[in-house]
Amino acid sequence: MHGRPRNASKPEEEAASAAKAVQLRSLQSQFMTNHHDKIYTNEAIELSTKLLEINPEAYTAWNYRKLAVEDRLARIEPDPNLVSAILDEELRVVESALRQNFKSYGAWHHRKWVLSKGHSSVGNELRLLEKFQKLDSRNFHAWNYRRFVVELTNRSEQDELQYTDDMINNNFSNYSAWHNRSVLLSSLLAQNADGFMPNIKIPEEYDFVHSAIFTEPDDQSGWFYHLWLLDQTLNVETPLLTSSWPSHGSSIILSGAGCLSGSSSMFTTFCSESGSFPLILYFDQAVGGVSSSTVTIDSELKGNEGLVWEPIPNKNSQVSCVWVARLKYVSSDPCEYKVKIRVGNSPGIVSSRGYNFNAPYEFVFTAHVHDTVEDSQEGIVSWTDGFDIWDAKSKDLNSLVTLDRLNAEMDFKWRQEAIDSEVECFGILPDSKIGKLTLARLLMAREAMVSDDAVKGVHYEEILQLYNDLMALDSSHYQYYKDEHSKAFLHKVTSSSESLSRHLLRYRDMNNLVCLRLNNLSLSRIASVEKLLFVQMLDLSHNELHSTEGLEAMQLLSCLNLSHNRIRSFSALDSLRHVKQLKVLDVSHNHIGKHSVDTTRYLCSSPLSNSELGQDDVGKQNPGLVTKYWDAYCVLRDLNLKQLDIAGNEIAGEEFSSFVLQVVPKLVWLDGQKKLGN
Amino acid sequence: MSSTSSSQMGQLVADKHVRYILMAEKKKESFESVVMDHLRMNGAYWGLTTLDLLDKLGCVSEDEVVSWLMTCQHESGGFAGNTGHDPHILYTLSAVQILALFDKINILDIGKVSSYVAKLQNEDGSFSGDMWGEIDTRFSYIAICCLSILKCLDKINVKKAVRYIVSCKNLDGGFGCTPGAESHAGQIFCCVGALAITGSLHHVDKDLLGWWLCERQLKGGGLNGRPEKLPDVCYSWWVLSSLIMIDRVHWIDKAKLVKFILDCQDLENGGISDRPDDAVDIFHTYFGVAGLSLLEYPGVKVIDPAYALPVDVVNRIMFTK
Repeated sequence: MHGRPRNASKPEEEAASAAKAVQLRSLQSQFMTNHHDKIYTNEAIELSTKLLEINPEAYTAWNYRKLAVEDRLARIEPDPNLVSAILDEELRVVESALRQNFKSYGAWHHRKWVLSKGHSSVGNELRLLEKFQKLDSRNFHAWNYRRFVVELTNRSEQDELQYTDDMINNNFSNYSAWHNRSVLLSSLLAQNADGFMPNIKIPEEYDFVHSAIFTEPDDQSGWFYHLWLLDQTLNVETPLLTSSWPSHGSSIILSGAGCLSGSSSMFTTFCSESGSFPLILYFDQAVGGVSSSTVTIDSELKGNEGLVWEPIPNKNSQVSCVWVARLKYVSSDPCEYKVKIRVGNSPGIVSSRGYNFNAPYEFVFTAHVHDTVEDSQEGIVSWTDGFDIWDAKSKDLNSLVTLDRLNAEMDFKWRQEAIDSEVECFGILPDSKIGKLTLARLLMAREAMVSDDAVKGVHYEEILQLYNDLMALDSSHYQYYKDEHSKAFLHKVTSSSESLSRHLLRYRDMNNLVCLRLNNLSLSRIASVEKLLFVQMLDLSHNELHSTEGLEAMQLLSCLNLSHNRIRSFSALDSLRHVKQLKVLDVSHNHIGKHSVDTTRYLCSSPLSNSELGQDDVGKQNPGLVTKYWDAYCVLRDLNLKQLDIAGNEIAGEEFSSFVLQVVPKLVWLDGQKKLGN
Repeated sequence: MSSTSSSQMGQLVADKHVRYILMAEKKKESFESVVMDHLRMNGAYWGLTTLDLLDKLGCVSEDEVVSWLMTCQHESGGFAGNTGHDPHILYTLSAVQILALFDKINILDIGKVSSYVAKLQNEDGSFSGDMWGEIDTRFSYIAICCLSILKCLDKINVKKAVRYIVSCKNLDGGFGCTPGAESHAGQIFCCVGALAITGSLHHVDKDLLGWWLCERQLKGGGLNGRPEKLPDVCYSWWVLSSLIMIDRVHWIDKAKLVKFILDCQDLENGGISDRPDDAVDIFHTYFGVAGLSLLEYPGVKVIDPAYALPVDVVNRIMFTK
């Protein structure tokens, strides 16, 4: 089926083919009779051999042979020589079939089946593998079979590691060997086996993989291995708390749903109808076990014993980077409360890879509860008018920068040295794609490790330039480099209070909401959300976003502007379902309804991924529309929007607008027009 | 003589492909055809789905197909690749998919078929292909896809099935056929598809896998299945559908891929091959057309990236109780 030239067949060829076909047909039909009548004579078995040697893919024949073997073994004396003879014949047939097609699943499995009867020697099998590896060193059947033999015979991981050494030294362009190496090394490092300490082994492996990368930069064999080494260098196994809201040392103002008179422009004001505010914990990797026993709250805010912690966004899994609990407060009881949070108070917070959050972390903030003065207004929210400049003396930003990673880690030094050494190597590599991409990644890594504020942000210009170069150098993957560029850009913006405050404003009309303006920046990707948990109003209009992936952590967000982006469907907005504060959403002038292929269809819960669509009144009254607009239905019904803009999308129109009004009965403003509630 | 010279125009010769498929069904006595006798069920699924994507399913006799298909069912409930052969999970899925195309799943004894599939789950959550015990993540996908279409996913231990698939996740973000096996686009499609259908895509590192997948696109625009291999039209399905399920398809150059697929057509006789100027077959004809569907090529119905069936078929099944 693969790699055969397209030639019009000549009459002689067709005749020969027809003759072979007749012969094969006859063989097959005779075989079928034997199989169905359970005939296991020598003659019959020989027939199946002939069949498999011509067509190793005739799977029923392999099944037949297993039945024949079992039949014969049942009939003979339990003499090891007799048993050997029978099984040896099977191994011979497999080898013969593999010579015809060394990628035959049926043949390889038959061999495993024979071996599981306790036959053949390691030596034999490894010799066979040697033969096949020479024919094709990338044959994954052979590599899988090798792993099977290794497990069966308990060969050591160190010996197998040496084998990958030999394969790679023979020809570094062997991704299969590099892959195997990463599996073995991973295991040996995790076991802390003798001679396998990461601070020594990883730098050695960097040297080893350089041979592959620098000799032939276009060969991908070493690229992914190098990326794995980088991951090993950067990623600390123990989970860490990256950021929180409220953050340590901050002050927040809490009130009811209405307006405050003379509200502060110095602190974040949070208004809530439900009388609770979110406490957000953002970890550097997915963790489980965040609960009221592993995270304790010490405060005089009443009614907060036995808090329920929720992972965002996955309710299915019990692990997530982002965990939220809602602390209750009573706005008619104005007071000032100190709140002390202790994360990891007792053991139980564990990463998905099984490592414990081991150093308890404590942070304190002050909550000022104010009384509401007026009723909440239903005026339309503007994205252009009513904004005040960010006060440079604003107390909030002092604690906005993320908590530093525990640099005091004893093995931090080797990591930093390894990165520095790699940066030097790749700095002198000629202008190749992999050279530039790796250098960009290394510089990002270096940035992540820097804690000294004076030196922070130094690398970003170079990183952004590298991605610009890559967009031109490798245009097929333009969008990949664009996304990485957007990520780096956002890291740069959020790297210091000073650069971040250039994009911050206050929205006067809503208690001086904290507003972040990131519009018209060609952003194709959202990033650095862990540093933006305090943001209440976000303007991402006039960018190139096609999904809101990442925004689910922004639990304070009440107003979001995504107009003039590249959103293709409501399923792409699925993460917003978790932003319960959201009241104002602008998705006008996007591509919703324009494309037939939905690329976020499986990244949200729906009947397609076996989650219930759920029945409510709207669902019962309009089953047809609910099916037609299932993703809009899923997103909108979970939110309590007051203001929505959908004009300028192909989906927009009377039918969709009236459907929206049914799904969101409390909606006040639709496309700038005031709607009357039910 | 070369059919690629005129593909500068870049056009899908849909009618020729329809004719090729209908002819191939009739030409059962060439050596190539006899040697693939045992996987006729797969061939039928590839051919019929392609016809449906080109809106020509009506060209075949539904009764003929369905009555032949039912002769392939074994007393265990599973389906064989062809009449007289042994049952296997591979052909059971294809049979169910074919019946889905014709909206005839109701002719099945669903309890029986789903039990056959469910019994193939092992203690560790993995699935065997048949009673002889070969384990492969391909079979995990097949079981999950099949049971989801039959609305019987609760017959298996989904948590364990997902856990086994995750255990086959590699350090490069991809997936192999068994734990520790090298990442391969075909296996990646199976694992990502299974995770998609069970609402478990949060286990996938989308950026890491997305990069590995987008690097399958070579300078000529075609996609290979793993590093340092040749491009092949079938990867236009396996790589592309995986990228779509994790929302990273914008990381490849879609226009270049369209051109590569069109260049693999036999403009005279119909059919699509693995590479330009190679021999055509049904397998690659299906994957070429399915790939074009995912690339929103005009005149081709949309295909669902996880169930590998037209979206209207999938919606019909999954959105009704």
